[in-house]
Amino acid sequence: MVSRVPFYTIVALLIFTGLCTALLRHVQLGIPFLPGQQEKVWLIEARVDFNSQNAPVLASLDLPDNPPGYAILNEVAASPGYGFSIIENDGRRRGEWSKNTTSGAQTLYYKAQLIRSKDLDTDLVDVMPTPQAVFWDGPEATAAEYVIEMAQNKSSSPESFTRELMRLLLNPEPGQNTGLLLANQSPVIVMDKLLNQAGIPARISMGLQLEDARRRQSLTPVIEIFAKDRWLVFDPSTGQQGLSEDILLWQRGSNSLLDVVGGVNSRVSFSMIEQTLPALELSQSQFAGQGFAWLGVHTLPIEEQSMFKLLFLLPLGAMVVVFMRIIVGLKTSGTFMPILIALAFLQTSLVLGLVSFISIVAMGLVIRTYLSRLNLLLVSRIATLVVLVVFLVSFLSLVGYQLGFSTGMTITFFPMIIIAWTIERMSILWEEEGPREVVTQGGGSLFVAVLAYLLMQLPLSGHLSFNFPELNLIILAIIMLMGQYTGYKLSELRRFRAMVEEDKA
Amino acid sequence: MKWVSPFKLAKAGILGMNCRNVDFIGRYNLRRFYPLVDDKLKTKLLAEEYGVATPTLRFVVKTQHEIGHIEDRLMALNGFAIKPSRGSGGKGILVIIGRRGNQFIKSSGTEVSIEDIRRHLTNTLAGLYSLRGAPDVAIIEDLIEFDDTFKGYSHEGVPDIRIIVFRGYPVMAMLRLATHASDGKANLHQGAVGVGLDIATGQGLKAVQFSSPITLHPDTKMPLGDLRIPDWKNMLLLASRCYEMSNLGYIGTDIVLDKSRGAQLLELNARPGLSIQVANGKGLLPRLRHIEKIRKPHRLAEDRVEYAIATFHSQGI
Repeated sequence: MVSRVPFYTIVALLIFTGLCTALLRHVQLGIPFLPGQQEKVWLIEARVDFNSQNAPVLASLDLPDNPPGYAILNEVAASPGYGFSIIENDGRRRGEWSKNTTSGAQTLYYKAQLIRSKDLDTDLVDVMPTPQAVFWDGPEATAAEYVIEMAQNKSSSPESFTRELMRLLLNPEPGQNTGLLLANQSPVIVMDKLLNQAGIPARISMGLQLEDARRRQSLTPVIEIFAKDRWLVFDPSTGQQGLSEDILLWQRGSNSLLDVVGGVNSRVSFSMIEQTLPALELSQSQFAGQGFAWLGVHTLPIEEQSMFKLLFLLPLGAMVVVFMRIIVGLKTSGTFMPILIALAFLQTSLVLGLVSFISIVAMGLVIRTYLSRLNLLLVSRIATLVVLVVFLVSFLSLVGYQLGFSTGMTITFFPMIIIAWTIERMSILWEEEGPREVVTQGGGSLFVAVLAYLLMQLPLSGHLSFNFPELNLIILAIIMLMGQYTGYKLSELRRFRAMVEEDKA
Repeated sequence: MKWVSPFKLAKAGILGMNCRNVDFIGRYNLRRFYPLVDDKLKTKLLAEEYGVATPTLRFVVKTQHEIGHIEDRLMALNGFAIKPSRGSGGKGILVIIGRRGNQFIKSSGTEVSIEDIRRHLTNTLAGLYSLRGAPDVAIIEDLIEFDDTFKGYSHEGVPDIRIIVFRGYPVMAMLRLATHASDGKANLHQGAVGVGLDIATGQGLKAVQFSSPITLHPDTKMPLGDLRIPDWKNMLLLASRCYEMSNLGYIGTDIVLDKSRGAQLLELNARPGLSIQVANGKGLLPRLRHIEKIRKPHRLAEDRVEYAIATFHSQGI
């Protein structure tokens, strides 16, 4: 006896590969498992206003670059007459607008779509930044030293020091020293200075509070300190480490937010709305050309894609046929004819497809009875049938069109050769086994076809088979497993029932 | 509509189609030996080589142009059977038992003209009756004159005996009687009567038509219970020898009893049907598993037949 171990290993491997690839692609590319899933997207608009001084203008706005917790889907700049480019250097992204001659009030727009991402960490930094030199006025220097010492006494790491420092500075009843420091400086600036003085590289970054349908918002400062190998964000208003979910880090590092050369009174303001987009569309635009994306068929031209949409449904149909024949024991005429009919149904719609299929086969059978009297050779007889089926189909299409069914044309989706062979087989079956068998086998085929159709037209199966083609490996494994089934067919439970009942009697 | 639990079927040892295909046909019948049994002409030639008796082959029609002047060759014969060499399930077999003027008389009694026979031959050559529609040849062989034992038991057509041979051991047998309902064909699903036979004696056990038990032949009203096949052991021997001849582990042998020539092999079937269990009122599985367990199979057909007779008699497994 042949060992079954390799077989089951292959089956297990197929299922494992299929599931894992699907899961990976789901996690990595965010392709949803269910069709029609929606995801939230922030549309943020930065508006730059300034007055031109009748000179060439160069406006440069700091743009978010891999902000933690968010991913940029797409970005556009809309500003009439301006040239726009995004310049990246030194890990900074800036959008630059330029125009030769301008006059009067100018408005520039930058729009970006962002979605939440699970990646909360900021990027690793290769070069260790050094703390900046800090200058205080006489009494402030002493106060600063005292505050730093107080915080250091209660902390063990840069993070805990920062938290402690912030707690001290945010105390609603400031002590003498902190009160002095905060007298003519904002807490954020004091925090930045104290941290740097304590030898912890720190900087002020600007975040945008995201709230649906807000206009004319400005950025709020956050503190970033450098610990170990990356920048850590602290919220200076609460003293908490980490970024609250609705804050988008727009500008990082201490470079300027907006520079305008050739203009005055420049300012930048932000508006935002929350949108919902189909998750599938999102993942396609977000991850085009990344990671496992090449495995999907989305990279193909649309025309090929629609072909694959049908092709990837075939395994499902094949599985239905295998199940109905091996487990249920239904008789069909032609092994896989039902799938082809089911595929045709997908394009014609069920009722119309059934009606036209049955009428074509019925008419074909009538014609075939005459053909059998002509004593033609088999091949020529089938070829005759093929030609006649073509005529029948065009005739039905024309009639349908004249009657006002624009769908009449879809009959042409039926595979002609298959129909011709079906007619031939049915006709022989009729002569040899009688009409009963024709009805049994024809009905069985149509039943399987309808079943396969019903399964294939489910939005879920279309979605899964097209977006996760690897799931077909699981179907393959199931088909292979069914090929090993040695139990009884459902039909045999009826066929042999007399034997068991007799035994009892 | 009544169904029976699969556990009851398993308990009765019924062999299901999936099990037959995977565990027996798939395992014991090597694909490369199939052509020998799927092609009746090859089977016949092979049978002659191994000294297994078959109905005399008159001639073979291989090409279309031979059909044009077939009359002379057919007129020389009194009765004959035209068979597609690669037909399956008894399809395309035309049995002519005599002539009336220019017309030929079919076994059912209806008359057919030479034109009808020509068309039949054309269809056969084109592959209408062959598996997968492949081009075929037609063999014309002698009519079987069946033994007097069966007089009154068969309405039209030749009663034939199906013996399942597993690894050379005959495991189950049945007699198939054509009826009016089956149009002279011996296939149970077409309405032929199946009579289960005791492997030890050739004695009829029970009879079924369309899966329900009967006691009388539906057309001739002859009691089916007292049937006993003469020369039974020779028939088993013939069946058993087909194992060496075909190299197939699990086969159905179709044997007829000719009045003068004795047991004759009609054809072999590499995918024998399951209805034999219904006719015998017994499942095949226990017998097949028993044979499967034999470590050292007997080498001589005679020994295998003796073993089967001793093991599979009506009170046995």
